[in-house]
Amino acid sequence: MKIGKQSLTFHNVFIGEGAVVVGPKENQGPLSDYFDKAYDDLYCGAKTWEKAEMQLFKDAINISLSKNNLAVCDVDCLISGDLNNQIIIGSYTLRDYELPYLGIFGACSTSVEGLIIGGNMIESGSCSKVLVGTSSHNATSERQFRYPTEYGGQKPQTITSTATAAGILLLTNTKGKLCLSGATIGKVIDAKINDPHDLGRAMAPSAFDTIVTHFNDFNSKPNDYDLIVTGDLSYYGKDMLIKLFDEININIKEHYDDCGLLLYNQEKQNVFAGGSGCGCCAAVTYGYLLSKLRDNTYKKILVVATGALLNPIIVAQKETIPGISHAVIIERIDD
Amino acid sequence: MNEELKNVIEKVKKETTPKRKIFINTLKAFLVGGLICLVAQIIIEILMKSFGFNQEMANSIAITIMVFIGSVITGLGLYDKIGQFAGAGTIVPITGFANSMTSAALEYKSEGIIFGIFTNMFKLAGSVIVVGVISAFVFGTIRYLLGI
Repeated sequence: MKIGKQSLTFHNVFIGEGAVVVGPKENQGPLSDYFDKAYDDLYCGAKTWEKAEMQLFKDAINISLSKNNLAVCDVDCLISGDLNNQIIIGSYTLRDYELPYLGIFGACSTSVEGLIIGGNMIESGSCSKVLVGTSSHNATSERQFRYPTEYGGQKPQTITSTATAAGILLLTNTKGKLCLSGATIGKVIDAKINDPHDLGRAMAPSAFDTIVTHFNDFNSKPNDYDLIVTGDLSYYGKDMLIKLFDEININIKEHYDDCGLLLYNQEKQNVFAGGSGCGCCAAVTYGYLLSKLRDNTYKKILVVATGALLNPIIVAQKETIPGISHAVIIERIDD
Repeated sequence: MNEELKNVIEKVKKETTPKRKIFINTLKAFLVGGLICLVAQIIIEILMKSFGFNQEMANSIAITIMVFIGSVITGLGLYDKIGQFAGAGTIVPITGFANSMTSAALEYKSEGIIFGIFTNMFKLAGSVIVVGVISAFVFGTIRYLLGI
């Protein structure tokens, strides 16, 4: 049901088990206990970076099916997207599965965009089980958006490090402990930042707009959530978002964090201004945050996945970088 | 978005623009770049004094050796780490040119020899070649016209 300007409420969408598969750096980070599988090598046993990312995605699908005790034929649809040209990871991986598939692109906001679309399919009653997922790989993103991995150019301090991770989450109409109770669909916001090495600050205004709209639509405030988490704003984008809220006299600092900063140990691991990529928000949300909801640490959280809608060609043409942020409320149902 | 939020974004955007560490980066680039040049100079001196090459020949051999060293360090996965510290200090010398070609060759190996390596090897280094040819033409013409 639509609520307010751009939000939706769900009453019948529950969250099953998620599966998260990560690369070596993510597994050395503070959240390693919350992942289902990890590879010690960035190639993940494959011959190319793209195939390595497909391997992560495939593992995540398989683990998620087995954790939920489901066969492929029990799933009505899989929704996914990634950062490669023409979102090949999902489509090529699903050649081997008899699964209806919807490919979506929302850059790094995909993990939540999928939840909103899947949530609607369940809520409408047209589907009973939908898998939602996404993936990213450090090396595929480097070659897609930046330079060859071994190129010696100096990266500025604002750059983020793409997470090597794939996450899959089951949405179902079977009542469970966790539910997806609301969502806010973001608008494309361009704050006229044109530095592709500072995507955190390029996306922060879109997160700001989505969260402000969310508070208005649901008539809620930061205190209503145990945690508000953004996808991959980096240290600089996080700082900017806090200052943006300070300007309108809303204090979100105590309840706010960023997935890219939770995923790694900022002091010991060399990830520049923080983690990023579709897999970053998916790994932290589908793995760590859902566990924290299940073990009663949190009751209700707001996940705001943030995407930078650029490609290298349009940036080379001196265009600015628009951002988009989608938000979902995930909460625990206490009997 | 309403005007109020737009103004807030514009204001905070200006306030949070990160400052680049230009001084410290320049210093690091100077030191590491200088060190690379020192190594090349030592090689030239050895070639001239111990092997009896003339200056021109010693220069050419030294450049070849530096390109080789740059490529090997890239292949070992170390050049990008040194480059992160040194910035322009490792990009400007000839070893940086070697790195830009070797890293591209390694990166595009997965697309095959012709459409991968051959097609993309000059992807980063190509700009250096183009600028080199254009400047050689411009300065060569000036030199000719001035009769130097």
